[in-house]
Amino acid sequence: MDFNDTKEEAEFRAEARSFLEKHLKPKDANSPRRPTGEDFLKRAKEWQKTKAEGGFAQITWPKEWGGRGGTTMQQVIWNQEEGKFDAPTGPFTIGLGMCVPTVIAFGSDEHKKRYVEKALRGEEIWCQLFSEPAAGSDVAGVKTRAIKDGDEWVINGQKVWTTGAHFSDYGIVLTRTDPKAPKHKGLTMFIVDMHQKGVEAKPIHQASGGREFNEVYFTDVRIPDSDRLGEVGDGWKVALVTLMNERLAVGGSPGPDWKEIMDYARGTGSLTDQAFREKLADWYVAAQGYSLTKFRTQTALSRGDTPGPENSIGKIITANQLQDICNSAIEMQDHYGIMNDSDTMPANALFQQSFMWAPGLRIAGGTDEILKNIIAERVLGLPQDVRVDKKVPFEELKQG
Amino acid sequence: MNFDFSEDQKFLAGEARKFLNAQCTTAHVREVLDDESKTHHEGVWQKVLEMGWIGAAIPEEYGGLGLGMLELCVIAEEMGRALAPVPFSSTTYFFAEALKLAGSEDQKKDLLEKVVSGEVVGCYAASEGPGNPDPSKLKTTFDGSKLTGTKVPVTDGDIATHAVVLAKEGSGASLVLVDLTGEGVSRKTVSTLEPTRSHAEITFDGAPAARLGNAGEGADMNDAILNRAAVLLAFEQLGGADRCLEMATEFAKDRYAFGRPIGGNQAIKHKLADMYVKNQVARSNCYYGAWALSTDAAELPEAAAAARLAASEAYWFASKENIQTHGGMGFTWEVDCHLFYRRAKLLAVQAGAPKVWKEKLVSALERKNAA
Repeated sequence: MDFNDTKEEAEFRAEARSFLEKHLKPKDANSPRRPTGEDFLKRAKEWQKTKAEGGFAQITWPKEWGGRGGTTMQQVIWNQEEGKFDAPTGPFTIGLGMCVPTVIAFGSDEHKKRYVEKALRGEEIWCQLFSEPAAGSDVAGVKTRAIKDGDEWVINGQKVWTTGAHFSDYGIVLTRTDPKAPKHKGLTMFIVDMHQKGVEAKPIHQASGGREFNEVYFTDVRIPDSDRLGEVGDGWKVALVTLMNERLAVGGSPGPDWKEIMDYARGTGSLTDQAFREKLADWYVAAQGYSLTKFRTQTALSRGDTPGPENSIGKIITANQLQDICNSAIEMQDHYGIMNDSDTMPANALFQQSFMWAPGLRIAGGTDEILKNIIAERVLGLPQDVRVDKKVPFEELKQG
Repeated sequence: MNFDFSEDQKFLAGEARKFLNAQCTTAHVREVLDDESKTHHEGVWQKVLEMGWIGAAIPEEYGGLGLGMLELCVIAEEMGRALAPVPFSSTTYFFAEALKLAGSEDQKKDLLEKVVSGEVVGCYAASEGPGNPDPSKLKTTFDGSKLTGTKVPVTDGDIATHAVVLAKEGSGASLVLVDLTGEGVSRKTVSTLEPTRSHAEITFDGAPAARLGNAGEGADMNDAILNRAAVLLAFEQLGGADRCLEMATEFAKDRYAFGRPIGGNQAIKHKLADMYVKNQVARSNCYYGAWALSTDAAELPEAAAAARLAASEAYWFASKENIQTHGGMGFTWEVDCHLFYRRAKLLAVQAGAPKVWKEKLVSALERKNAA
């Protein structure tokens, strides 16, 4: 056992590091946790372009698409190093992590030529249009309708929780093309131009107060049949490829973590409180459990093995821990903790802000419950849940 | 990055599992459970001695295999999984490690080889009553040559031939080495929640004893020994917790209620997923503990504490929810669930309860962050 890079890995890390040092400043306590806004978007696009020109954008993608043709291990090393810097990457996570890989897997050569390199260079941003008001955990229950009209499809319906829809150029949209087929069978996936007539993104006013996610309405939106991904009726198969990539793209928490609440508690005198010390120990053990599990995954990658299912524990741990830490920090502040003015509150009200974000993190990208189902079914091999909707035509399913 | 055991170490683990699956089944464990006169399983113990595992981390010059701590960790996981009813941990993780750490050359030469051969069985005696033993408030005293006081419970104290004892000496504490077969020692077996691992009350009445290490260093050495033992015990706990998850999963697939396997219900699925998460957290923390142990890393205090805490929590949760998953059957004497429940509790308190290790962990983090 050791924590050292191989010679090749160390060389790549040094190269990545010197590139990052040249272009970015290291993260510090003042780096924003969830940056948004026009300026940020502009910076993000510039950084993506810089990365692409330096050969560090999408390291595992083939060179012909603008990637590096590198290994998954190199991508892991890059992510580790980039994570130490104040890198504006958020707007590309979903597009490059989920949507464009789906285009690469199911699109035509024309699609790949048209879209992949532009996305990789940060010139176009993508969003993923799956979730609907009645299709969250049960995402195959989408109702957004696509009806064939000559060489085109006409799309009507509503999507929800679409990250970045308001600044996206393209999206992949999961639609219902055959309501008479059972739920998973009547779906079809398309590429959609987000700027076209009939597509309207409206920010959702979240429980946290922010407006980072969107509802997206489709009103008689026309999509050429040539922008279909996969066969008609094979949309679920296509969606699974996207969702598989989601598990790789989502996982970490922006904090605050055990160390930040420890620092805070030290400043207030609460670090001597026995009950707090015991909780702190629990957080440390769980957080270490997650970070060290990533090292085990990395080891498997380093050897050229396929990582095991152990990484599936990530978001269950991090999201719950975030919520618990914020809750404790507020209670530590007692009545005062209910105030949330970032100019006057301790830690710039980070604990208060994250307290309101944490419920969303436990839901986004697979709820705690769905993730536990996945562990139970795919890792432990337990039977699937009862599916009363499995063989029933979609249009006959009970809804509500 | 190589955060995994080597192929050789995994091979050793696989061989140990095969061996224990054949030679140390729960039927063997029950022979000790159901017979009050049995302190351990002598047949299993002799076979374990033949395997030489006790000497895995003992240098060759003292008769060991001279492999290393990582090898001992993978063996510990298998011993824990098999619920081995033998004085392996007392002799290996506590007694032999204490000798390696603090023993004089003569003491090591005299005893380690006999430990490997089985002639000497060791134990570690710290506890004197309810609560974690505080080296500054010990009642057992050492006057430089003789030991007086009572230690209880001492794991394997009735099987062992020798003990390392934490005792008061002057104004401080020292570790002392005692021959339990000699004069001034009386012992009796005490009843515990975990009868497959024997425990004794040992009374020393001026028993001849020799210092292990220097006078007054008992508290620090006790910490050092416990940090090392904690990692090894954590691997035993991990092995047990994983076995509980397997048992519960197998049962949930095979047991039908309301016309289908109970494992199809989310109440069971999520419970077992929670078990899986805790076991993975434990495994990763155990590996880090193993790394720190094998490299004598400065991070050992927090790594050992985290491994012990994660593994204690995982085993506790897995052992109690394994019973729950089995329903009424899980509460019968005949079904093995309670064997793990008993062992889980012993291992969680044997070298200091979770509360104690949480404090050790946070103190270590404070020292680290202050530095």
